[in-house]
Amino acid sequence: MLEFVLERGNYWAIIGLMMIGLYTLFAATNLIKKLVGLSIFQTSIILFYISLSRIDGGTAPILYGKDAKGHGGGHDEAAGAHGGASEAAHGASDAAHGAADAAHGAASHGLEHVYSNPLPHVLMLTAIVVGVATLAVGLAIVVRIREAYGTIESDEIRETDLEVARAEYAVDQADEANPA
Amino acid sequence: MMDWILQIAPAFAEAHAPALLILLPMLAGPIAAFLPGGGRVAWGMTVIVTGLCTLLSIILLAQVRSIEGGAIISYAMGGWAPPHGIEFRIDALNVLVLLLVSAIAFLTSIFGWPTIKAEIADGKRAMFFGAFQVCFMGLLGVAATGDAFNLFVFLELSSIATYVLVALGSGRDRRALPAAINYLLMGTIGASFYVVGVGFLYAATGTLNMADLAVQLQDVGGNRAVQVGFAFILVGLGLKAAMFPLHQWLPNAYSYSPSFVTAFLAATATKVAIYALVRFLFSVFSLDFAFEGMSLALILAPMGIAAMLACSFQAIFQADIRRTLAYSSVAQVGYMLLGISLGTAAGVSAGMFHLVNHALMKGALFMAVAGAVLTYQGTRIHDFAGLGRRAPWTMTAFAIAGLSLIGVPLTAGFQSKFALVSALLDSGWWWAAMLVVFSSVLAVIYMGRILEAVFFRAPANPHKEHGEAPLLILVPLWILAIANIWVGVDGGFVYGLATDAAEALFIGGAS
Repeated sequence: MLEFVLERGNYWAIIGLMMIGLYTLFAATNLIKKLVGLSIFQTSIILFYISLSRIDGGTAPILYGKDAKGHGGGHDEAAGAHGGASEAAHGASDAAHGAADAAHGAASHGLEHVYSNPLPHVLMLTAIVVGVATLAVGLAIVVRIREAYGTIESDEIRETDLEVARAEYAVDQADEANPA
Repeated sequence: MMDWILQIAPAFAEAHAPALLILLPMLAGPIAAFLPGGGRVAWGMTVIVTGLCTLLSIILLAQVRSIEGGAIISYAMGGWAPPHGIEFRIDALNVLVLLLVSAIAFLTSIFGWPTIKAEIADGKRAMFFGAFQVCFMGLLGVAATGDAFNLFVFLELSSIATYVLVALGSGRDRRALPAAINYLLMGTIGASFYVVGVGFLYAATGTLNMADLAVQLQDVGGNRAVQVGFAFILVGLGLKAAMFPLHQWLPNAYSYSPSFVTAFLAATATKVAIYALVRFLFSVFSLDFAFEGMSLALILAPMGIAAMLACSFQAIFQADIRRTLAYSSVAQVGYMLLGISLGTAAGVSAGMFHLVNHALMKGALFMAVAGAVLTYQGTRIHDFAGLGRRAPWTMTAFAIAGLSLIGVPLTAGFQSKFALVSALLDSGWWWAAMLVVFSSVLAVIYMGRILEAVFFRAPANPHKEHGEAPLLILVPLWILAIANIWVGVDGGFVYGLATDAAEALFIGGAS
């Protein structure tokens, strides 16, 4: 049992972060804190994908040693850095065959070394960009809320809005009672 | 039937229609944001772009319908062959959504100018149209893509632009700002849940291409990772589609955003999310898996019915017309989900049919409200009293769309509710059919309240001048109103499209 828990340490950390993020998002009344919670939540997802890409004994997905020569088709050592990048891109499409059997895939492609799956890393680069854009828009809206309401506490904003709505309702009722 | 379209369309448009459809607004949006002229030039550009996208969607529709039973157009982005590359996959289902989104975008863009001029500050209008085109592009991308992760990217692109558009309503009412931030928080949770779900599917199958996922999932079977992934995707897309009880963001976002944005979002945004949900339920996960394995009918159907009843009740007690219509939107989403939850071809086609019709009626209703707001200010029912005599053209179109929302015979709403009820009866869900009828009675009450005020009550403020909405609003409004009657009298064409869409799912799901 203990072994089962410990072996999956990374996933427990991810679940913990996810819950902290969601809890902050729902429990905090300060809008900035809500956005912080949202960011923590999104970060836990990034870690989740990165965890998925790990393969036992796998190294960074840049071909090296015999793999680089065999696969590179005539790249010499001097061009290694450049060739490595394009090989990694190639590796991404190869690895898309299956995260579950990526280790098996590496062997069947005649590679000497085992590489981690680069595809989730690439996906998460996109997700990070999306997350940053969301956060930026969120913060901009919070600034505007501060200007319009003078507060960034969501319960105070709700209270102000309710008062306005009650006032509108009272006017409607008065108008209907004695039409002009 | 539609071969003549393919004959007159230029060859490059036919070959690259799926890519052009996305690229056009993607490139035009950022340019429009920096155009001078107080937004007038950007508006013209938006109308042209959405018009061209509508033409491209019609070409795609003709291509799909050129073969009996519906062709599948697969477009490999950048020449990278699927399943490794990103594939755009157009079949009878999403071509319907593409056409709906682009046609509604075209009509709302035409209608938009007078309301934008009144509601958005001078310097922000060009930016506004830029954000609108990004939102439009995102919605088209969600509908067109065949890649699960790419769908997330498009979903977030459209959502981020939507948050900006909603927040811009703050010029008229500052309550748009809290509405936008709530929408942002909820929407981002939804999209994040979707990504987690896709992550689980990727871990189980090692692919992100939807068609490939469907094949791989058959082999994997009811693995627990797949089940967890399914649950995350259902909740995530349910949030975006305003599935009851995940709809809390919607009423405020629709009530306080600029009129133009409300009309566009109400007709398209939740529809696209429902499309994505349908795509996952029936194409990616096979029918057996989703329904028998996970008793989806026990989740989706009760949620749909709860939305139909609870939100119709809430709509009755709203003083603001836009809020009434927003709650009614959630209720209508309930009808669609109920049809989908049947899991039969008849049920899904009824759901898709209602999806199209709801876009027609809510588009028209929100346009009419926008037209009235423009001349009279104020969106409370109280402000609308007596408008029937002062703005007869606007309000007649409003009444037609309102009757369609109720489901009066000879309107679009009747046709799709009839299809839904017959699908329910076919499956032996007579109790659900009765609840649909009961919920329609609730619609009579909340629409009746508004129509009574509009046509039979004395004007609240007799000193205000007589005023019809400008022609730019009236023309698209009446196009939608006439479409409501046309579908209501002769629903064959749209119903045929919806049936083809449902059949594409049930046949295409296995392959």
